[in-house]
Amino acid sequence: MGPYPDELYDIPFTSVSSFVLLMSSVSMVLALAAIQRGDQRGLRIWLMATALLGITFLSGQAFEFTEFYREGLTLDTNLFGTTFFVLTGFHGAHVTVGVLILLSLFAVALRGRLTQANSLNVEIAGLYWHFVDIVWIVIFTLVYLIQP
Amino acid sequence: MTLAEFRGIKKPKRDEQTDAAHVGETHTPVQHGHEVVVSRERPHPGPWEYIQIGLALGFVTAIEVGVYYLDVPQGVLIAILGVLSTIKFSMVAMWFMHLKFDSQLFSVFFVGGLALAMTLFVVVLATLGAGLI
Repeated sequence: MGPYPDELYDIPFTSVSSFVLLMSSVSMVLALAAIQRGDQRGLRIWLMATALLGITFLSGQAFEFTEFYREGLTLDTNLFGTTFFVLTGFHGAHVTVGVLILLSLFAVALRGRLTQANSLNVEIAGLYWHFVDIVWIVIFTLVYLIQP
Repeated sequence: MTLAEFRGIKKPKRDEQTDAAHVGETHTPVQHGHEVVVSRERPHPGPWEYIQIGLALGFVTAIEVGVYYLDVPQGVLIAILGVLSTIKFSMVAMWFMHLKFDSQLFSVFFVGGLALAMTLFVVVLATLGAGLI
């Protein structure tokens, strides 16, 4: 029972979402590079840019989920629906946690409490963010581009 | 112990120190109690190199999408997309997650965990009769 991937996927749209998430990894490393050289302004700009790119990605995912639901795909419609929503949904949940971490760091940075001495906090948040990114690299290929 | 000290937890042998001097690695001595910890961390890239990596990632993604629209056999498509995906994965892990510049111990943990997960995945699929093996 459908709908199936070839009836639902909008590859150009998802490709743009993937690009947005990849670019968020760039802004994340730029935030880390900024704090490591003591550039507070750069840190705040790149942290907020990363969070905004993450929110953009999540908005795209919310739009995609809504569209698929309207087309009749739910968690229990078929095997595709179950695997699609579980895989991308769990990934989206992790991106949401990442955005919350980034916004928390941004708030701390605004108070001036994020300095070169505790740049490790940004580094750990960055490692989490990059791992979420590489998981999406795999999901994008396996779930979207390779279809039966 | 800071992460920088942890990264340098393995003191290099004399030969390694000599070799590293030739390839440009930095071994910054860090006084930690009575021990001298020698950092094996190499300098991280600058902002411009990160931007170049980001552009390369975008370019590979564009190739992936282009390949998706090509009329090629499914096996060839899977092989090409698998290679491109692995390239992107490696670039993020090596440059953005700094595995290329940190102690090899981190790479061992990362690749070891990944290999373990992949093995478990294949074994479970094979056990459930997915026809992979």
